[in-house]
Amino acid sequence: MHEWALAEAVITAARQIAEKEKLKEVKEVTIKIGELQQVEKDILNFALSQLKPANFKNAEFHISKAKTTLKCRVCGNTWLFRKKELDEDTAEAIHFVPEVAHAYIKCPKCGSPDFEIAEGRGIWLENIKGVQ
Amino acid sequence: MNTMDPRTTVINERLKRINRIIAVSSGKGGVGKSLVATTLALTLARRGCKVGLFDLDFTSPSTHLIMGVKDVQPKEDRGIVPPVVKGLKYMSLIHFSGDQAAPLRGADISNALIELLAVTQWSELDFLVIDMPPGISDAVLDLIRLVKRIEFLIVTTPSRLAFETVKKQVRLLQDLEVPIIGVVENMKMNSAKNIAQETEKLGVKFLAGIPFDSNVEEAIGDVTKLRVTAIAKRIRQVAASNITL
Repeated sequence: MHEWALAEAVITAARQIAEKEKLKEVKEVTIKIGELQQVEKDILNFALSQLKPANFKNAEFHISKAKTTLKCRVCGNTWLFRKKELDEDTAEAIHFVPEVAHAYIKCPKCGSPDFEIAEGRGIWLENIKGVQ
Repeated sequence: MNTMDPRTTVINERLKRINRIIAVSSGKGGVGKSLVATTLALTLARRGCKVGLFDLDFTSPSTHLIMGVKDVQPKEDRGIVPPVVKGLKYMSLIHFSGDQAAPLRGADISNALIELLAVTQWSELDFLVIDMPPGISDAVLDLIRLVKRIEFLIVTTPSRLAFETVKKQVRLLQDLEVPIIGVVENMKMNSAKNIAQETEKLGVKFLAGIPFDSNVEEAIGDVTKLRVTAIAKRIRQVAASNITL
């Protein structure tokens, strides 16, 4: 599962932050996942629970989804990404590498593939709480 | 804390079981960089080495055309496992974008590159050969920033236009203390030695001059034909004397 590789990245990054902030024990990790990448929340949560190191033993992972806003660089139109508008193969390709959206999605107003993924691309760490 | 992209933290972990990472690069497009990258990867694999080929020329990928790649897909297993093509573990954006044009700007190229570096499970390799996009734009700078053990092999043609950009690339890599294996001069029409001499003046090894071979175009898509081209013969010599484990 692709989510496992992302979970490993989250744990590695969170460990580095915990070390930098001198946290002996991590209590809470807040993660956001953009809709464009269509990360399966349950799989990610399970992978995180399996990969967490000793000082994350009691850590809770809060995962929330963020809507994906796309903005056309040609006409300025902004619109929301909707997975249901894509066929299964296209959705899967975007799941693996969100940037390939540029090969399949066009601005609904002017038809340009030159758009910006303004918000909600992939996965990012929002916050870590713990005790020093 | 500020929000953080976690993906970059795991890249060197993904690459730690790869012995050498060789970026095949050029100052300009159209010099035969993808052909050199592909024949180098095939040559190393033929020697019995475990080799990966990673096409990072996202907007103009061509290694799949050179090898005649059809109907292969990566698998999901705690990341993305590249399919094996002609004995190489092969990763390219074409696995995901197919025949569609992927019009990517700089930030998108960086993001796609980071994603593939973070999730591709190469496992154990002797060599990972990377077909770079031409020039010294985002992908080159990102790779230097993110991949600690990267080395460059640079391709030029006899044209002053190509070699002037190579000089800039060499200076940049030298300033950043990135190892350069050497320079290959492709599509030579005569025995002139000026590129070899200029390369040595830069403090970089001149690896080989490859004569222009009109049979190369016919070998596109056919690895067996590719192996008997002038480019493959010279790359075999370059690999034998300059690229060891």
